[in-house]
Amino acid sequence: MSEQASSPDTTPSPLVTALQREHPEWISEVIYAFGETTIIVPREHIVAACSFLKTWPEGQFNFLSDICGADRGVEEEPRFEVNYHLFSTTKYHRIRLKVVLNEEDIHVPSVTGVWRTANWHERETFDLFGVIFDDHPDLRRILLPDDWQGHALRKDFPLRGYEPYSLK
Amino acid sequence: MGLENVIAEALPEVLTTRLDSLINWARKSSLWPATFGLACCAIEMMNATTSRNDLARFGAEVFRASPRQADVMIVSGRVSRKMAPVLRRIYDQMPEPKWVISMGACATSGGVFDNYAIVQGVDKIVPVDVYIPGCPPRPEMLIHAVMMLQDKVMKESVRDRRDIPEEEARQAVVPGTLPVTDGSTARQNTLPESRPYTIASRHERRRSS
Repeated sequence: MSEQASSPDTTPSPLVTALQREHPEWISEVIYAFGETTIIVPREHIVAACSFLKTWPEGQFNFLSDICGADRGVEEEPRFEVNYHLFSTTKYHRIRLKVVLNEEDIHVPSVTGVWRTANWHERETFDLFGVIFDDHPDLRRILLPDDWQGHALRKDFPLRGYEPYSLK
Repeated sequence: MGLENVIAEALPEVLTTRLDSLINWARKSSLWPATFGLACCAIEMMNATTSRNDLARFGAEVFRASPRQADVMIVSGRVSRKMAPVLRRIYDQMPEPKWVISMGACATSGGVFDNYAIVQGVDKIVPVDVYIPGCPPRPEMLIHAVMMLQDKVMKESVRDRRDIPEEEARQAVVPGTLPVTDGSTARQNTLPESRPYTIASRHERRRSS
């Protein structure tokens, strides 16, 4: 890894500066790393932030690349995070929004009203991490069987699964 | 004794044999496989039918996409938990007589995928007749397995291979169906009742007893 990549790049992007000027309450933290910009958004503002960024003339993030969950570890607080990877097909730039969650209150508003493709991404995140997306039209498992117990990508999920599926 | 000699003298164009060996000979000479290519082993399975290896020499080259027309299911590749009911359903749709070849380390034992997502051996779901080791096995090994299966077919009896009686089949859980949910599972925090994959077929029960 080169020296430039390992040192944090703290130059604020004009995009974030403009967003901070318009809606400072949406941004609780900005992280710059490896040429990527991550904005940590409070949970209650995520739908408003997404729908704003989609149509914002300076952003035009009309394409939702991915929604994925992450488990930081059982003893971490907050433990879970949900990442929204946004892309603009007209301006050709990317941004990542992040919502951090406690294990006790693992609810996020659904962004299926903003991008319809969020439907399956949120189902996947629910399936593998157990994140409940409020107001999701059809929140059920997508990858694992319907009668599965637990959420497979959580750090405390045993690699071989639970009975009766683990047949060892 | 000497009945064969009497028949051979009186009716020289008649050949006497056991019914089992005649039918088994016919069965083993044209084993139609149902493809169940699940992973990289399927590439080797396809290669077994090419001109270099020529599985047609042993009468097993007619790969069928429909289980209704197949005799032997070649499970080539890792079987995921979610594929397991589907695989069992395909197996149940095959008419008797039917056999299963477990091709490769993953289908046989889960292979390197010792985790929650992969069935640790397809014999947890369907009865397997021939196991092939290897990762992946060469086409020669698949041909050898087909030949071993042919030897096995010759030792069977017609009486062992009846279909399940219709009455019994109707009472069974529809094999391979996943529980239908309307999304209420997550809201109510309940689990749909788990069901067995299917009832055991007749020769399966005979083997396990």
